[in-house]
Amino acid sequence: MPLEPPAELDVVDYIQQTRDSYAQLGYDAYRWAHEPEPAPFATPAKPLEECRVAMIGSGGVYRVGQVAFHHKDDTSVRAIPVDSPADQLRTSHFAYDMTAARRDPNVVFPLRALRELADAGEIGTLADEAIAFMGGIYSQRRLHEELIPALTAEIERLDPDVVLLVPV
Amino acid sequence: MGLIARHLEGLGIPTTSLSSAWSITASANPPRAAFVNHPLGHTAGRPDDPDGQRAIVRAALRLLHRATAPGTIDPVEVDWPTPWREKARALSDKRTERFDTPQYQHPADEMAATASRT
Repeated sequence: MPLEPPAELDVVDYIQQTRDSYAQLGYDAYRWAHEPEPAPFATPAKPLEECRVAMIGSGGVYRVGQVAFHHKDDTSVRAIPVDSPADQLRTSHFAYDMTAARRDPNVVFPLRALRELADAGEIGTLADEAIAFMGGIYSQRRLHEELIPALTAEIERLDPDVVLLVPV
Repeated sequence: MGLIARHLEGLGIPTTSLSSAWSITASANPPRAAFVNHPLGHTAGRPDDPDGQRAIVRAALRLLHRATAPGTIDPVEVDWPTPWREKARALSDKRTERFDTPQYQHPADEMAATASRT
């Protein structure tokens, strides 16, 4: 059984919302990832103050000068320098309201917060680049054969101690 | 993103995730996630709110050492200033058309991308 939210939290159930919406529209049901087995669990070898941190965000962020995402199972990734100013970041995505992200990309790609935490010594260092892709890949095959290997290669290249993941 | 977390963690790289969609995250069952009860598109905070954004990112990073078992989903204390859940729960398809060509935010971005490739 998936973990239930605490009773005091008023949580929107997006799996239910999507199921009901698609049924009403006559679409096939979307198949969400379902992993009943416990995840692997790796413990950081160092305190956070010494860790090199990388980030992966699925909000469809690209930097001016890079090619934008297209919206049909785009499994490509963008490496974005962590010192990129917010006014050089853009978003391209088909499945969420980008109004806030286009005003302040940090809401889906929190580079400023990471830089501040590194400057304050709360984390050790940042990997030179953060990795962006566009979520909402419908093809499980392409997710496993293209996107996950591409992200893994980027993370192995950046060689962080820990990774922060930011979905939208 | 949960599948990506599980894959990286399986390679021995500790991961921590943000999430604003409890059921989707619980179903994909990543090692650790900090739950941010915001409307979608604001997983890392409200726009132009550096203090709030930093608190959310800090909470996610601290889970790396605080979580003691896989499947931890830990709510972050957040507050959204206006009602939003009714709209989020409304039955509709909120996706836009899925084009197969790059969708630039600004036309100038396309020229910049072309220029940097030549």
